[in-house]
Order: sequence, then C-alpha cells, then structure tokens
Amino acid sequence: MDIRLDAISHSYGDTEVLRDISLDIPNGKIVCLVGPSGCGKSTLLRLIGGLERASKGRVLQLGNPPEGCLNPLTYVFQDFALLPWRSVQGNISLVLEDHGINGAQADAIIADVLARTKLSDFSKALPRQLSGGMKQRVAIARALAVKPAVMLMDEPLSALDSQTRELLMDDLVALWTRQSFTAAYVTHNLAEAVRLGHRIVVLSRRPGEVHEIVEIDMPLAQRSHGNAKLEQTQKHLWDMMRDEARAADEELLDV
Amino acid sequence: MSDATAPTQPIEVRFRGGGFAPKARRWVGLFVFVLLIGITEIGTRQGWISSLTLPKPSDVLATFGELWESGLLFKHLLPSLSRLAVGAAIGASIGIAVGIMIGLFSYVRAGMVPLVAAIFPIPKIALLPLFVIWFGIDEASKYALIAFGTFTPTVVATYGAVDNVDRSLIRMGQSFGLSWLSIVRKIVLPGAMPGILSGLRISLAIAIILLVAAEMLGAEYGIGAYILEAGSLYDLERLFAGVVILSLLGVILSTVIGFIERRLLGWRA
Repeated sequence: MDIRLDAISHSYGDTEVLRDISLDIPNGKIVCLVGPSGCGKSTLLRLIGGLERASKGRVLQLGNPPEGCLNPLTYVFQDFALLPWRSVQGNISLVLEDHGINGAQADAIIADVLARTKLSDFSKALPRQLSGGMKQRVAIARALAVKPAVMLMDEPLSALDSQTRELLMDDLVALWTRQSFTAAYVTHNLAEAVRLGHRIVVLSRRPGEVHEIVEIDMPLAQRSHGNAKLEQTQKHLWDMMRDEARAADEELLDV
Repeated sequence: MSDATAPTQPIEVRFRGGGFAPKARRWVGLFVFVLLIGITEIGTRQGWISSLTLPKPSDVLATFGELWESGLLFKHLLPSLSRLAVGAAIGASIGIAVGIMIGLFSYVRAGMVPLVAAIFPIPKIALLPLFVIWFGIDEASKYALIAFGTFTPTVVATYGAVDNVDRSLIRMGQSFGLSWLSIVRKIVLPGAMPGILSGLRISLAIAIILLVAAEMLGAEYGIGAYILEAGSLYDLERLFAGVVILSLLGVILSTVIGFIERRLLGWRA
C-alpha cells in the first residue's frame, strides 16, 4: 500500500504551518522527513495518520493494506506512549484486544513481535523497569503486532542517548532487512535520516514546503556508521538546511 | 588564589543533599499515641490534669469494656457501620460517575462544574431538616446526608484526576483504532485511579463526620447517638469512648484505602 499526499496545507488559526505539500510514500520504503524545528514535520505525520485534519488537501491510500493488517497506519511515538500500569505483554495485547484477538492467538503474536525486537525475556516487566531504549523497542513491537501497512515514526530515537540510538538504528535496519516495511520517519537528526531513509524529504522552515527530495540507492544493510558516501549526503543535507535552521531559530526567539 | 598565605588544611565537602523523601517508619505512629495517652494517664492520676478537663484513659478503657460486655457496642456500631457503608457507597459511586462524565464531556462539564462549586461549600449538616422532610426520619435521610456529603469532594477529585491523564496515551489509543469505550476503560480510568483514590481518603473522612451529625437527629442507636447522649450528660468517659471508636474507624478506612492503593497502583512505585 502506498500513501500519497495531495497538496496538503495546514494552519493553526492565522499561523500557516504547512504549504502545498505533495509527496509519495512508496510501499516497502522508508521516507524520512527532515527540517528545522517548528517546520511542521510532526504535524505532517499526524495528518498522514488521521490524528489531525488538514486545512486543505487530502491524504490518500493507494492500494489495499496487506492481508491480516489490523491497523494500516500505525504510530511509533517519541515519548513511547506505553501504559505504565500494564506489563510489556499487556501493552501489546492492549492493541489486539479491540480487534477481538485474545488468548492463544494473541499470545502467539506477542511472542513473535517480542522475539523480533529481542524482548522475549521481558514480557512480564513494567515500563518503569525498562531503559529508554527498551521502552522504544516495546513500542516498536506493539506497532508490529498490528501488522501495519505504513509505520509513522515521530522522532522515535530522539528521547534516547546517542549510544542507545546507534544500537536501535541497527535494530531497525535488521528489522527492515528481514521483512521490509513502509515508513514515514520524522527526525531532526540527519545521521538517522541517511542511515534509514530510502528517500529523504527536506522541508523548509515555517510554513513548511518541500525543499528538496534526496534519494539514496545504497541498500540499508550496507550503510554503516561513518560511511564516506553517506557522510557526503549528510553534509549536503546540512548545507541545505543550515541557513533555514538558523533563520528558524531566530524566528522562534522573536515570538 | 594569588594570596601567599600558608596552605590551608583540606576541608571535606559538607553533605547537603538528602531529605525530602519520607520513608516508612513503622512504630513511630503507635509511639506517639502511646506517649500522649501515657501522659494523660499520669496527669489525671497525679491530679495536675483535673478530672473535669479530661477523663482518665484507663476509665475510658473500662467504659469501653462495659460497652463490649453489655453487647451495647455492637448495638451502636452495626447501625452506624451500615449507614456509613450505604451512604458513602452511594455518594462515592455517583461522585466518581459524575466526575468522569465531567472529565469527558464538554457540556456536562459546562453544566455541572458551577453546580458542584455551588453545592460544595454548603454545610450539609444544615440541610438535615430538609432531608428529614424529603426522605423521612428513618434511615433514608441519614443515607442521603452522608451520600450528599461524600459526593462533592469525590466529584472534584475525580474530574481533576481525569483531566490529569496523559493526553499522549489517549492519542496513542486513538492511533491504534481503540474504541471510545476501550480508551475510557483501559486508559482514562486506570490513569485517573491515583487521583480518585486520594480523593476517596478525604470523602470517607467527611462521611464519618456526617455520620455522627446524621445520628444526632432521631437515631436510637449509633455511635453518634451514643456520643450525643453522653455529651448531654457530661459523661466524659463515655463521650471519649465514642470518640475513640470514630478515630479507630478513620484509621481503619485509611488503612483499607492504603491497601487498595498498593494493590491497584503497584505500577507507580
């Protein structure tokens, strides 16, 4: 299933945050959305998943979600959004219960996604007992449990320290390599974007418009930390964004 | 640093952290009780507390023993407990239901919040004659008074607790396509539970206060009636025996809520 954004514009009152954004998220690819702070990239992600309504334009699903898909558009949040009163297992079964999946069938799905995120030993743990990186892996496992057509990831690694981030990036690459998934991945971290993105969409500062789209052909598995070609792309992205980011920063100070 | 004075001795850095984290100290509470009662006992025995000021704690205990032996204790306690249980259960459950509705629906909030604010400061005891007219002099008016008194603090605590539920968790529920009912049942209610329970602590203490007030009017048996009778005769031993029962009731209820909190809110710690 593909996602197409058709001339999306959005404003909060008089503040225009997004202007005329058209974009394709093709099946099986990770599309990274980068841009200076306040450019509306998180808003765009909320629009894609239907948590907010765009002032103008439409978000379209092309094709049908895969068989067995319970929740086609599934988020992974920056703050994990785990219920603190439910165990790891309970947090995942939460999203299955409403689809009438209980008992052995739910247990099988939970065991599968916990194995894929290397959390099998922690199924009974409560969120407060887990580190930040493990919490985000639980959130990813929960997203995988509903077999999403498109994962909407809102700065999923931004609340983590840099070492954990590096490890989790490897996990995401391994996850995608084993079974490719479609994702819209919002980040302000360009290193993440060049490691995980097949396509990188650079947004301008507010009101956010598509500034440039960069395609990276190198397979995800071959991209490593400190790869020269990726560094070059990252530098190109940063050159493009630096002035925007500075201007955006000063703009925020004015408010 | 350029001073050429003699090298000073190294000074150990003074510890200034710690504190602000109360820990469980098991026997201190009991010790305070024993100390106060002990002082009163010695004072009344030696005469520097006159018997008109305070009764001898040992006499109160003896009165308590008589109450027990004559079977009057349960004759007074059981009606009181059933009034407390029925009244508080009605008040707290309606209060929680209304509080959740206020937390969820804009129109209920707009309509009920001013009403609750208007009802809250009314001393419910003042309305007792009204309740007697409405519900008769029997048990119903006592239930109503206690229920009404527990209702308002429970509502306020509950809607405050619902307001405080993390909105990002609700967004998460919506993003996974959970039904409205599931979101309320599995996210809003457990999230509001800490606030609801701490509200109940206050509501139940108020229920005990109102229990006595309700029993002061037209009750033959009950702790309140017992205290009122003792008070009008200036029988301080019996008065204190009644007061001690109320205190114990308060401590027991607080312990029960503490127990429920440990069971339901173990995830917090």
